[in-house]
Amino acid sequence: MSVLVFAESTEGTFKKSTFEAVSYAAELAKNNSVACVALSIGIADDSKCADLAKYGADKVISIKGDKLNQFVAEAYAKLISNAATQENATIVVISNTYSGKSVASRVAAKLKAAIASGVISMPDTTAGFKVRRGVYSGKAFADVDLKTPVKVLAITPNTFNITEYNKALQVVHAEGGLNDTDFISTPVEVSRVTGKIPLTEAEVVVSGGRGLKGPENWHLIEDLAETLGAATACSKPVSDMHWRPHSEHVGQTGITIKPNLYIAIGISGAIQHLAGVSSSKVIVAINKDPEAPFFKAADYGIVGDAFEVLPKITAAAKKMKAQAI
Amino acid sequence: MSPIQKRDFMKILVCISNVPDTTTKVTFTDNNTKFNTAGVQFIINPYDELALTRALEITEKQGGSVTAITVGLTDTEPSIRKALAIGAQDAVRINAEPTDAYFVAEQIAAYAKTENYDLILTGRESIDHNGGLVCGLLGEMLGIPSVNVITSIEVENGSATMERDIDGGKEKLTCKLPLVASAQKELTEPRIPNMRGIMAARTKPLKVVEPAASSATSATVAFELPAAKGGVKLIAAEQAEQLIEILHNEIKVI
Repeated sequence: MSVLVFAESTEGTFKKSTFEAVSYAAELAKNNSVACVALSIGIADDSKCADLAKYGADKVISIKGDKLNQFVAEAYAKLISNAATQENATIVVISNTYSGKSVASRVAAKLKAAIASGVISMPDTTAGFKVRRGVYSGKAFADVDLKTPVKVLAITPNTFNITEYNKALQVVHAEGGLNDTDFISTPVEVSRVTGKIPLTEAEVVVSGGRGLKGPENWHLIEDLAETLGAATACSKPVSDMHWRPHSEHVGQTGITIKPNLYIAIGISGAIQHLAGVSSSKVIVAINKDPEAPFFKAADYGIVGDAFEVLPKITAAAKKMKAQAI
Repeated sequence: MSPIQKRDFMKILVCISNVPDTTTKVTFTDNNTKFNTAGVQFIINPYDELALTRALEITEKQGGSVTAITVGLTDTEPSIRKALAIGAQDAVRINAEPTDAYFVAEQIAAYAKTENYDLILTGRESIDHNGGLVCGLLGEMLGIPSVNVITSIEVENGSATMERDIDGGKEKLTCKLPLVASAQKELTEPRIPNMRGIMAARTKPLKVVEPAASSATSATVAFELPAAKGGVKLIAAEQAEQLIEILHNEIKVI
């Protein structure tokens, strides 16, 4: 028996969320006295795979191939479920990223396994197999009991610690055994925003609302974000008015995020917005209206005009960063 | 009047979920095991509404039919009627409590299996359970490709060209039909039903189907509300720079 973890990579590089998943799987494996097996698909080489052992994998299965450099859900799902069967895995761990989630559901159907996405806890096995997940778009949590012999868990990034196990690297190179029909969808073009941190993976997020008055003022948000190494986000009205792309909209009908720090500037804090950000570890609200609902949901607040407050904060942040170097 | 050119007749199925309105203050009953529906307005899941609207745009352009399907008890009928009012030709309600994504996908797959849809659309996720799983589960159960979180879709010559969100960017891809895809926000703007649509919806066919045999793979055993924040600490605007000091030195998040 084993715990299998899908070690998601992008252009041959593992992300932080992958290491979180590996450490999560390693802890599960340890609790069950079984092996933690990581599956790498794509072009990540053995030196990169060493990091998987470092963070908890007893064994790494590496399946390489030019066609596998790009994510194709159908092909990946086949490789992951085949590995799960081969390794006699009772739990399959996958990061709850866009790619991770789209492949996790196919894996669950292939293995006829119960699946929970957005998982934010280790399983509680005192009675059954219960995991906690976020529901109602951040307004509540649910404990879900998974009842099948094999389970698939899609775990929320930025929730679990990366632990150094420093295990010896053992890589097994495998052939995928895929054929052309497994690549039924064809990626034509991939465009990644380079030099910017994806919102869902960011530890710090700087977010702007209508209080910024227009897209021409967004340099104030971007300046602070860049200084802090943060991702930028926005409220629903801002994306509805096309001041910012929809991909930056956080809230109930946008993206749900849980960074370590969320700084909301000129956002009143409607219930739908708070739903998407309330899991953030620390929330700072900056708003000129002292009655803004956001102050009830924030840890720190500044009542003041964004155009006066933001430059001060950014200057202080730049000074802090300069001293840190 | 010029004849309508039917270039690529599309038979589309759109999956609808009945969810609490986004303004709902969420509470629970029965010792935190049931969602409290008292006073709650239910709506079509916003992402499903986008899927439905895009399906209608596609069939209006090139001919075809749009069927709305939901898994739910009689209380979900207002939402499925609304789907008809927005423009779906007919609707199916599978008469069962939607216990989890696996169950819902199994039910829809059982129905769709014999219907030969060219395209099945779902929402990216429901805003109540946030699973985001039905699209992929359906794809695997029906043996067709699944494309998550699409922001555009064009259909031509039995093939779809789509854009989708990926982690940290976008991907453009093509895929042969049939396929299942899940709608992300930019896909289109939701359509508001007009009076004619609402009147027509009353007489459009709504088929009630009893559920297929299914595996109960999971069960929600309890809910919990997040702990309330301890209260905001205010920093004077004149000393805004103190914020950085606190975040860096005291709570060490930057």
